[in-house]
Amino acid sequence: MERWEAMRMTEWDSMKRVLLLSGVEVLNPETGKKVRQDVMIKDGHVRLVAAGDHPDDAVVFDLTGKIAVPGLVDIHVHLREPGDEDAETIASGTAAAARGGFVAVASMANTKPPIDNPQSVRFVLERARQAGMCRVYPMAAVSQGLEGKALTEMFDLAEAGAVAFSDDGKSIMDANLMRRALQYASMLDKVIVTHAEDLHLKGEGVAHEGYMATKLGLKPVPRAAEEVIVARDIRLVELAQGRLHVAHVSCGTSVPMLREAQKRGLRVTGEVTPHHLLLNDTVLEHYDPRYKMAPPLREDSDREALLEGLKDGVIQAIATDHAPHTEIDKDAAFDEAPNGVVGVETAFSALYTGLVKTGKLDLAKLVYAMSLGPARILDIEHGPVRDGGPADLTVLDLDASWTVKADEFVGRSANCPWLGQALQGQPVMTVAGGRVLYHHPAVGTTKAHGLLTR
Amino acid sequence: MNTRKDLLGLEEITAEELGAILDTAEAFRGVLDRPIKKVPTLRGKTVANLFYEPSTRTRFSFELAEKRLSADSLNFSASTSSAVKGESLKDTVRNIEAMGVDFVVIRHGASGAPHYIARNVHASVINAGDGQHEHPTQGLLDMFTMRRKIGRLQGIKVAIIGDIAHSRVARSNIWGLTKMGAEVRVCGPSTLTPMEVEKMGVTWTWRVEEALEGVDVVNILRIQKERQSANLLPSLREYSLYFGVTPERLRRASPDVVIMHPGPMNRGVEIAQEVAEDPRNVILDQVTNGVAVRMAVLYLLNGNEPASREAEMATVEG
Repeated sequence: MERWEAMRMTEWDSMKRVLLLSGVEVLNPETGKKVRQDVMIKDGHVRLVAAGDHPDDAVVFDLTGKIAVPGLVDIHVHLREPGDEDAETIASGTAAAARGGFVAVASMANTKPPIDNPQSVRFVLERARQAGMCRVYPMAAVSQGLEGKALTEMFDLAEAGAVAFSDDGKSIMDANLMRRALQYASMLDKVIVTHAEDLHLKGEGVAHEGYMATKLGLKPVPRAAEEVIVARDIRLVELAQGRLHVAHVSCGTSVPMLREAQKRGLRVTGEVTPHHLLLNDTVLEHYDPRYKMAPPLREDSDREALLEGLKDGVIQAIATDHAPHTEIDKDAAFDEAPNGVVGVETAFSALYTGLVKTGKLDLAKLVYAMSLGPARILDIEHGPVRDGGPADLTVLDLDASWTVKADEFVGRSANCPWLGQALQGQPVMTVAGGRVLYHHPAVGTTKAHGLLTR
Repeated sequence: MNTRKDLLGLEEITAEELGAILDTAEAFRGVLDRPIKKVPTLRGKTVANLFYEPSTRTRFSFELAEKRLSADSLNFSASTSSAVKGESLKDTVRNIEAMGVDFVVIRHGASGAPHYIARNVHASVINAGDGQHEHPTQGLLDMFTMRRKIGRLQGIKVAIIGDIAHSRVARSNIWGLTKMGAEVRVCGPSTLTPMEVEKMGVTWTWRVEEALEGVDVVNILRIQKERQSANLLPSLREYSLYFGVTPERLRRASPDVVIMHPGPMNRGVEIAQEVAEDPRNVILDQVTNGVAVRMAVLYLLNGNEPASREAEMATVEG
């Protein structure tokens, strides 16, 4: 049995019980305010109650010292199903995301076959429903077959449940197609998510064009590969009066372009990955393919500018670009290995350890960029944990330390840049729509434990 | 109008002139109901019909109008003329004029081609459709048909639905109708809507239901397959599903809505089969009225005084 299946078996019908998160502190990431407040969850909704003010048969979790935040949302994951189920499935990926504190993910369309027709959108939604883990908001392709040539039937796709449109994996090189996509999607008020990497400037490049690529003899990808597409797409969004979201911004130089576009009132948003915030290209020293990704890891000046962009709101979201690959595929010569890293199970811990503990970023900012920020980009309904609001929340244990181990992933793949590292801060409970998707065995009362463990 | 040399578009025509054309057309419409459908007005005058683009309806309609006015017609179509030998537009028209032609009716794929000719010849030039610019006689016959059905143009609500960006029919309708005091709404996918179309005095929405709400007239434009390959539409299928005029959507319109289409129709694409067969549709009336309107235009450009709505035209005897 796989770990994600075990996770599903620990599921109990939390919808039929009243839950009490006792002793927890509720953090509103928008105001930064933290309030010590018992949280009761009943019929899918939150009630903020005084201590002891709950039914006798409530399932009580003692979460003293832990923090409840709006459920985390990851708007950039690759669930690999259909087509690469050996690397990840919708069930394993959503269970992995729930373990990482995510109540919802937006899945990318570059599966095999791609999500470019309404039947495929419904397939993803149906599989996610069967899995019963975090919610999945499917993105659909911009172009048929992800070929960058002909528009997909966006009205039909949106009606089937597509939340946005993206050819993520490669840039749309036909500027007219991009213009028309922005224009067409604007009727639906949907976002086009752009993967900004000019195919010709990138060529066969695998590493950031800088000293490390020079020294290691790796084929380079210049910053300009991203910059020209970001600049182009900003011009096009202005022409088309559409909505643009720039996926995985990797260059510090992209940040001022986004800032300027937003200042002019254009509907342009951006996201950054944990790895681009935390790593630079010096990790390529030993040609470890776990650090191979598109866009590539860049330099410290980029990391700093991305962090600044995140802090001042030019970049509204952190998204993992969770990209599972089997060990057989990923364990190859650097040039030949596929791009990408898994991220949903480690994102919060890695960022808390690398940015919050070191004093570079407020906890509230981090939580915002992992919950409300991304939800707003895609118009996913979400809000702070509040009395009467929907019970979509994540409980964080900021004192927990853990070591990332390949055989402990809930997801199917372990191509993770943090393997072997000790991280601090961990999501210990994930609740979506009032249902407990996941809780760490170490939290909860004996009573709850009796129900929750096999 | 009777002091103008050319009819190039409705943009530059005044409301007064439009009224005069429509009234005169009414008089000629009467002629078309008679047993002998011919008047002597343009006897001895010659009209050259220059069609650089394929056309059945408009070409036949002009030819018939000319014959009903007793004019002599010369017919030119790009495929059977010296245009295929590479003769320039200017040379072709000058040669035709040297033959003593009084009127040039021209259909051309290049916007502004009739204007170019008008500057270069003494004959009166009538635009029978230039590129994506105007198709004034179509605009006039649409307005004429609306006025006949509803009794007025002032204050009526008209929805024009389809490919506005590439439509000369839409532009002529917009200029003409707004001048006559109608409320015009244009509707179609954003990718088929030209920039700043609202400045022409219309409102825009992509939502067909919204555009049809309470309208007296719906004018449905043809969707061409080429729009798909230019990435303006993902498919004709999606167009028909979300933008096609269907009986359900048409329930939003006034109960006695006038349904129009300049033709040729793509049944099942921009117009549902049931709508194409709806008794409220006046698509064939448009064709008949087209002849009367074109007679009126030729008549007025010839310098004749406008006729009143009830005027009697003397029929040719033998």
